[in-house]
Amino acid sequence: MPFIEVTGVSKSFPSKRGTRHVLQNVSLAVEQGEFVAIVGAMGSGKSTLLSMLAGLTAPDTGTIHIGGEPLREIRRDAAFVFQNYSLLPWLTALDNVRLAVGAAFPELSRDEQRTRARRTLEKVGLGNAIARRPRQLSGGMRQRVAIARALATEPRVMFLDEPLGALDALTRESLQGELARLCGEGDGRVTTVMITNSVDEAILLSDKIVPILPGPPATLGSPIEVALPRPRSAAQLAHDDAAAQVRTHVIATLTEAVVGRAQIVGRALSGPPSAPDRARSTIVPRELRTAAEETS
Amino acid sequence: MLKRLVNLSLPLCGIGLALLVWWGASKAVPDLPSPARTWEESKIYIVEPLAKRGEMDQGIARLAYYSLLRVARGFLLGIAIATPLGFLLGVSSTLTRMFDPIMQILRPISPLAWLPLGLVLFQKSEPAALFAIAVCSMWPTVINTMVGVRAIPQDYWNVARVLRLSKLTTFTRIIIPATLPYMFTGYRLSLGIAWLVIVASEMLTGTPGVGGFLWQEYNSLVYAHILLAILTIGIVGFALDRLMGMAETRLRAA
Repeated sequence: MPFIEVTGVSKSFPSKRGTRHVLQNVSLAVEQGEFVAIVGAMGSGKSTLLSMLAGLTAPDTGTIHIGGEPLREIRRDAAFVFQNYSLLPWLTALDNVRLAVGAAFPELSRDEQRTRARRTLEKVGLGNAIARRPRQLSGGMRQRVAIARALATEPRVMFLDEPLGALDALTRESLQGELARLCGEGDGRVTTVMITNSVDEAILLSDKIVPILPGPPATLGSPIEVALPRPRSAAQLAHDDAAAQVRTHVIATLTEAVVGRAQIVGRALSGPPSAPDRARSTIVPRELRTAAEETS
Repeated sequence: MLKRLVNLSLPLCGIGLALLVWWGASKAVPDLPSPARTWEESKIYIVEPLAKRGEMDQGIARLAYYSLLRVARGFLLGIAIATPLGFLLGVSSTLTRMFDPIMQILRPISPLAWLPLGLVLFQKSEPAALFAIAVCSMWPTVINTMVGVRAIPQDYWNVARVLRLSKLTTFTRIIIPATLPYMFTGYRLSLGIAWLVIVASEMLTGTPGVGGFLWQEYNSLVYAHILLAILTIGIVGFALDRLMGMAETRLRAA
């Protein structure tokens, strides 16, 4: 039985123009220790899916099981990394992490909590910045603190909501490597579900890529295995044939969905159907955006 | 250098002009003492600011000290009630809906209206004065704290949920620090009101302090001392506001 099992989950929100169906009949299975990347355009309902997995919001229909139990609330052994860091600005990096440690291990003494927090910060390369407040840290460093905060609770499952989405390209690349190292280390690997809009990031980090097909309502495409040896590096993957195949597969799945949707919309607008011209869509963006952006 | 000279001389020009208007008015109204006469008759209160010659006949600093002490006690009582109330109203929209109308009705009531009620309730002038100060000055703190709690970004609530923080930890580590700047704005406004109320309550109860002194000197027809009291009230009020403003800026910078 998979560690995370999502069956037939749908979610809609009330909006000004009636109900907005965000996700429909979504099913997903994640094995213990697996790293799954959910890839899709901005505003396709990825975050909604993740916050349901984390227990922050409840699905309208369908079930979510984690570790064999139905998910009812936020799990004690789950950690979450937000896209916008969500650090508390009045606490130092150390205290931000210690807050999480204190909540996860209340039986530890304050000193032990502090030591654990400091060690985790050293692990993400912030040993020198533990006394600084978030304001005094760069975007990349802030996200390292946020990752440390998640890792310090020794979670069994991690949910990463576009963890590197707010960073500039260079910082993003170096943190991707870091994340690959952190998630791959240790004997019992942490089961991880990450959301991203970058296909390359997904290939670098994950065991399995699940494309999210834009709606609304969005649905999940069939999962694509990333059977590449670890450790991986961005430079090596750029020239790897197997990686290229995965990339083509993912992008094809995503663009087909987008083109398919565009045709329907086009037909509705222009009346008589015209012959679809797929050959023209040769420029394939790596980071996809769709008309559904405003729903993010 | 020139800029600093201008910065310094412009307020001085303003004060000079105000003195001129005062002098002109004193020419027109015979009972109003001129600036020079005011200084002449009030000199003793200023040169010996800590002297104590009688119940009301005391140096101006001593009188201001009595008033400040009274204000501090009333203000602290007020915010001690207002801060928790603000937190409760900020967290619970049910409570807000319940108490908002009452608050809106109580808020505009003048200290002069509360004071007799305080005298009825407590029989003595001192607790009545504290009651009036507290009940008049608490509203800005209630409202600002409430708004501050409501303004906490959803991100922070999510952090509290995801980290599974206890209610107490959420309160001390997230709600209080996030609301602190709003609370302090409330305190500043509350202190301003408390200082306004003190004078009114001292005038009515006849207790020693700047306001009591003002009222007594009016009854003894020593009009110069009224002006002295008025200026003192203004200067002390200004200083209080500045001090709170400084505390507020430090807090925002931290």
